Amino acid sequence: MTTTEDLRADSSDGPPTATARATAKDTAVPGRGRTSAWGQAVRLADASWRPLVVLGLLFAGWWFVAWRELVPAYLIPSPGAVLETMVSERAMLLEHTWVTTVETVLGFVIAAVVGVATAVLLVYSKTAEKSLYPLILFAQVIPKIAIAPILVVWFGFGLTPKIILAVLIAFFPVVVSAVAGLRSVDPELLEMSATMGASRWRTFVKIRFPGALPQLMSGLKVAVTLAVVGAVVGEFVGADRGLGFVLLLASGNLDAPLLFADLILMSLIGVVLFVLVELAEHLLIPWHASRRGSVVLAAS
Amino acid sequence: MAATVLDGATTPSVATDPIIEVENLTMRFRSKRSETVALDDVSLTVRAGEFVTIAGPSGCGKSTLLKLVAGLTPGFEGKVHLYGAPVTRPQRDIGFAFQRSALLEWRGVRKNILLQAEMRGMDRRLAQRRADHLIELTGLTGFEKALPHELSGGMQQRVALCRALLHEPRVLLMDEPFGALDALTREQMNVEMNRIWRETGTTVVLVTHSVPEAVYLGSRIVVMSPRPGRIVETLEPGLPDERDYGTTLRDPRFTRAAERIRGLLGATHTPE
Repeated sequence: MTTTEDLRADSSDGPPTATARATAKDTAVPGRGRTSAWGQAVRLADASWRPLVVLGLLFAGWWFVAWRELVPAYLIPSPGAVLETMVSERAMLLEHTWVTTVETVLGFVIAAVVGVATAVLLVYSKTAEKSLYPLILFAQVIPKIAIAPILVVWFGFGLTPKIILAVLIAFFPVVVSAVAGLRSVDPELLEMSATMGASRWRTFVKIRFPGALPQLMSGLKVAVTLAVVGAVVGEFVGADRGLGFVLLLASGNLDAPLLFADLILMSLIGVVLFVLVELAEHLLIPWHASRRGSVVLAAS
Repeated sequence: MAATVLDGATTPSVATDPIIEVENLTMRFRSKRSETVALDDVSLTVRAGEFVTIAGPSGCGKSTLLKLVAGLTPGFEGKVHLYGAPVTRPQRDIGFAFQRSALLEWRGVRKNILLQAEMRGMDRRLAQRRADHLIELTGLTGFEKALPHELSGGMQQRVALCRALLHEPRVLLMDEPFGALDALTREQMNVEMNRIWRETGTTVVLVTHSVPEAVYLGSRIVVMSPRPGRIVETLEPGLPDERDYGTTLRDPRFTRAAERIRGLLGATHTPE
């Protein structure tokens, strides 16, 4: 908590006098890019028009294939039919999207918290590192998707097995990135902290953890997209709700428009959550080299 | 007007108190294959109010000496006392300036300086007042919120200096603080350093591999030889406390001391 506060305090916690603030603003500090909203919009547009054009071309291709019926409609439905299904089935789809989103977010949050806690333990305790880290690395080779049926046997058809699967898949990138981040702290900073008589806790909160944030955030971005996979696979194996369940249903009925609509919604969950993590990164580490003068999505 | 806050608070009452006492200090670094003697039988006493510079080529153990005094490196033989007490663990009643500025890149100038206060649990208001005063003293006014990557190397070192001075330490240990700066900025920092020393009355030990810097700043200059690190000679050129680049550099006492040190360090050591 303190960390977030500290990081933000840079911009909110003011210097004592108004004059100091004025001078700080007036002096053109080199490289100090406090850009306007307009400037940000321009850069966002500049960064996004190319991918949007490519996306548009793909859609045009899809539409063309469906329109000329190059492939039977039960294999590739027209974009119009997909859109129609999305609208007519919106209540049902929304409900299942919500279920999958909840599973994903819960799985991601648990993976993030447990992952960071584990990383801290590994970095601060040699014994824990020696006994646990090799196992964590080794556990990564177990195909976690294959665990899904066991989870269903153990926990039934509810939310639990999906969340657990999401956690299992998203956990690894969080631990690895957090360990790397916490270890990469400059030893000189730790020496400096020692000459200040700082406790281990203060050193962690004020130096180690904020310093690990850049790497941790990249891990979290990978983790959030994997959490979606975990939730959906969990639904494949045994569920009566969620987009994974709807996908199986639609595939059983050869309902191509519903299949495609479902797929689009799944991707949308991933995209939205990814952007949210990006946004968090932008707010937490605006100082980091990777984020300087960047716009959401432009730097990733 | 700036000096009043700092003066009195730190100026020691007795000018001859030994602040640092090092006697027969030997430090060995052992690795699997070899043993390096970083410091060999070094003895040195630093008294209150002194500005001691330790000059020597790279690898002579001068940085190690400083870190031993700060309690950052354990495992030495001999006696190291700070304020009359043996150094057994990291010392907190000191200010330490590092070779690289060691700033937190996510904090602005003022917040970086105030880190010292946060880590020590100092009184907030007092610390902020002192930080503002130091910012003014070092000419950082207007950059309070600038992040380290937005500052030049010289300014970064100034921030580090402010941070090291924030809690009014009785002794300031500086490990080649200006080594990475260009020659001009370095001269500027030397002038400022001399002024800050006079204005704060802090005892300073500064390690450097630059001969002019050592002579310009030091009231006493300790010359070290490399591998194993030994003190070869201690010089007191007797220059006035207040130094000035124009006149000090041409002062015969300065040139004589610089010559002597160059001679001691060997002809290979080129002046900077």
